[in-house]
Amino acid sequence: MRRLPRSVVLAVAGCLAVSACGVTAQGRQETGVRNLTMVVGNSPGGGYDTMARQIADVLGKDDIAAGTRVVNEPGAGGTVALQQLVNDGGSRAKVMTTGVAVVGAVVTNNAPVSLADTTPIARVLEEPMIIAVAADSPYRTLDDLVEAWRADPRGITAAGGAIGGPDYQQVMLLAKAIGIDPTTVNFVTYDGGGELLPAILGGKVAFTASGYAEWADQIASGSIRVLAVSGEQRLSELDAPTLREQGVDLTYTNWRGFVAPPGISEDKRARLVELFDQLHRSPEWQRVLERNGQQDAFSAGPEFEEFLDRQQGLVKSILADAGLR
Amino acid sequence: MDVWQQLAEGFAMALTPTNLLYAALGVLLGTAVGVLPGLGTSLTVALLLPLTYALDPTSAFIMFAGIYYGGAYGGSTTSILLNTPGESSTIVTAIEGNLMAKSGRAAQALATAAIGSFIAGTIGSLLLVVLASPIASLAIQMGAPEYLSVMVLAFVAVTAVLGASRVRGFAALGIGLMIGMVGLDPQSGQQRLTFGVPQLIDGLDIVLVAVAMFAITEALWVASRLRTAPEEAIPVGRPWLSGRDLSRSWRPWLRGTVFGFPFGAIPAGGAEIPTFLSYVTERKLSKHPEEFGTTGAIEGVAGPEAANNSSAAGSVTSMLTLGLPTSATTAVMLAAFTSYGIAPGPQLLQSESELVWTLIASLFIGNALLLLLNLPLAPAWAKLLRIPRPYLYAGIVFFAVLGAFSVNTQAIDIALLAVIGVLGFVLRKFGFPILPVMMGVILGPEAELQLRRALQISDGDVTTLVSSPMTIGVYLVIAVVIAWPLLRWLVGRVRRATGDRPDVQGDRRS
Repeated sequence: MRRLPRSVVLAVAGCLAVSACGVTAQGRQETGVRNLTMVVGNSPGGGYDTMARQIADVLGKDDIAAGTRVVNEPGAGGTVALQQLVNDGGSRAKVMTTGVAVVGAVVTNNAPVSLADTTPIARVLEEPMIIAVAADSPYRTLDDLVEAWRADPRGITAAGGAIGGPDYQQVMLLAKAIGIDPTTVNFVTYDGGGELLPAILGGKVAFTASGYAEWADQIASGSIRVLAVSGEQRLSELDAPTLREQGVDLTYTNWRGFVAPPGISEDKRARLVELFDQLHRSPEWQRVLERNGQQDAFSAGPEFEEFLDRQQGLVKSILADAGLR
Repeated sequence: MDVWQQLAEGFAMALTPTNLLYAALGVLLGTAVGVLPGLGTSLTVALLLPLTYALDPTSAFIMFAGIYYGGAYGGSTTSILLNTPGESSTIVTAIEGNLMAKSGRAAQALATAAIGSFIAGTIGSLLLVVLASPIASLAIQMGAPEYLSVMVLAFVAVTAVLGASRVRGFAALGIGLMIGMVGLDPQSGQQRLTFGVPQLIDGLDIVLVAVAMFAITEALWVASRLRTAPEEAIPVGRPWLSGRDLSRSWRPWLRGTVFGFPFGAIPAGGAEIPTFLSYVTERKLSKHPEEFGTTGAIEGVAGPEAANNSSAAGSVTSMLTLGLPTSATTAVMLAAFTSYGIAPGPQLLQSESELVWTLIASLFIGNALLLLLNLPLAPAWAKLLRIPRPYLYAGIVFFAVLGAFSVNTQAIDIALLAVIGVLGFVLRKFGFPILPVMMGVILGPEAELQLRRALQISDGDVTTLVSSPMTIGVYLVIAVVIAWPLLRWLVGRVRRATGDRPDVQGDRRS
């Protein structure tokens, strides 16, 4: 029913922000990619959809590529679109959005195809994740939470989005890092922020792992307290220590990027990589990222290919640890 | 009073020609979107977000609110005339509304829906003004056990009025629950009844099932009888509500409003449960129970239509007071707030009081515009039914397929539409009621989710289900509903024994 991606609020907001700023063209050389189709395996308005639309906008404004088109093929967290991409002959310029949630959905859904069947193009951004509790929660610090969690693994409920998604992975990795058996972790899924927020505020669940930007307003107003950020470094806009600083040997970030159909020519692949490289160098794109509370994380070629491979392995091992596969 | 003065200022702001124009545009768009199955108001608002960037926030929100309210109106029009619910909140309306349309009372059904929506929307907006903060705290107190108890109440209440055959009713409920089961188990990620088809992993769309069960089934039903039954023309009847219609409608309008508002305001409430509850309440209380399921009872349209509009008002309340998106549409509207640099939340009423009061005022205006738009149109819409049946149903099937396809743009949805339509036809042929099927599809997965979430949070302790005053209260109401026939009999006996003349029934009739 109300299956709205939790990130929709932020996402659509960012979308608006983009259209806000008229920007002068940079006079860059075109990559020769025209009429690129960006397939989004999720509904309009969600995080992936917004990223694709924002990028299409920047590509057009900065004359990197003309006529970019965003197409939604929602279903099973991106699995349906991935299957269609793998069966695509690759005759037209086409890329599909991907990221932690898509990798997670594909593995969790036991899909017959995987991201290994695609041509990896580039990772474009990272989103910091946080561990957060309600302002009136008894857990003042990460140590409080870890101590309580170790004492009663079943009694401490973690909450977040879908099984296999970024929130889920973050919780399972944290549990493992502090010596809790992931099979005992009590992870409660919530469809959208609409139900998760009151569950946290009302003390129905102990804590949540989530993207920072989704709760930025609640954090600013003081109704939600951040115990830790999970990236390498602290966030400039947030006075909260990293997991590492608090003695937990774990860094984790959500990321998003693009893959293309299998079997496209080297030339085609190089031109698509060049396109995202130019996007990465666009000041306009950097402004969009900053507004969204996201970070540039451009990576392409063999480096991204290996990264993607490790990511799939990571999701599989997390699900195996939790006893789901 | 301060509140009323602020509201008056809001009206002054909202009544500028420009804002009126945006309100009118919003309600027109909303009505159009509501009429077309599959095109939801949330998607419409999402797609319009970039377009409205050039607008100032007030005008944009006035338009969005118009779309939201308009969608609830438009959905009922197709439910009544074509038995094709455009939105999940108008599924219940189709049941009695379409029967009324077939007995020549389409104009009355449309009119009672329009006026009921207006009254509920207006009262809901008033409640928004006075009840904002208590509702906000209710939303935070509601947890999985509380939601589950309310859903059990809906199940029991609808089952209690299943109609002639309880066995068929329960069987229909089972089929609905099975359809609702298709997809990914939300707590473990296991697939259920997907047969390896990835498009089924997200489950079946409610609007798709409703359109198949109502519109396709109806078309097949009519087609199966075209040769044997003479084509009796649908009588057109009187165009306006009679005094008798009004006197039968006003109580359901008010009761529906009371049902809808709190459900809209809580995160997992939605517009569907209150429409079910309103329907069964009206069916129980009606003085014309014989019209339910036969010629169509006006109470069965008036109540649910009021309920779904007051639920929309409740959603807006949560959005404005808590920053809580309790429906998909309000979630997208919240995104718009954020993009204007306005932080939704408890401070909103203070920090952006002018915008909020203008928006609230525009809700009243939008409702009035919708009534002006829909009431005169009712007799005109009703004439649509004069189209010869083969053409009319060809058109219905066309729109049903279009709607099913537009939900996800997947060809498989058209196949599903056909399969479920045939299933619906078979059910109808053998006298199974459709309402329990739809309730199973809509509430089954939600109830399962809340039950499992409650048990997961309590780590398997079932006493969590009756651990709060609210859950105990709701289960007591359920007990009364179940024991009602027995209670009534007992009360009647006691009264007769003591010589009291008026019995329970008599009290209500007086």
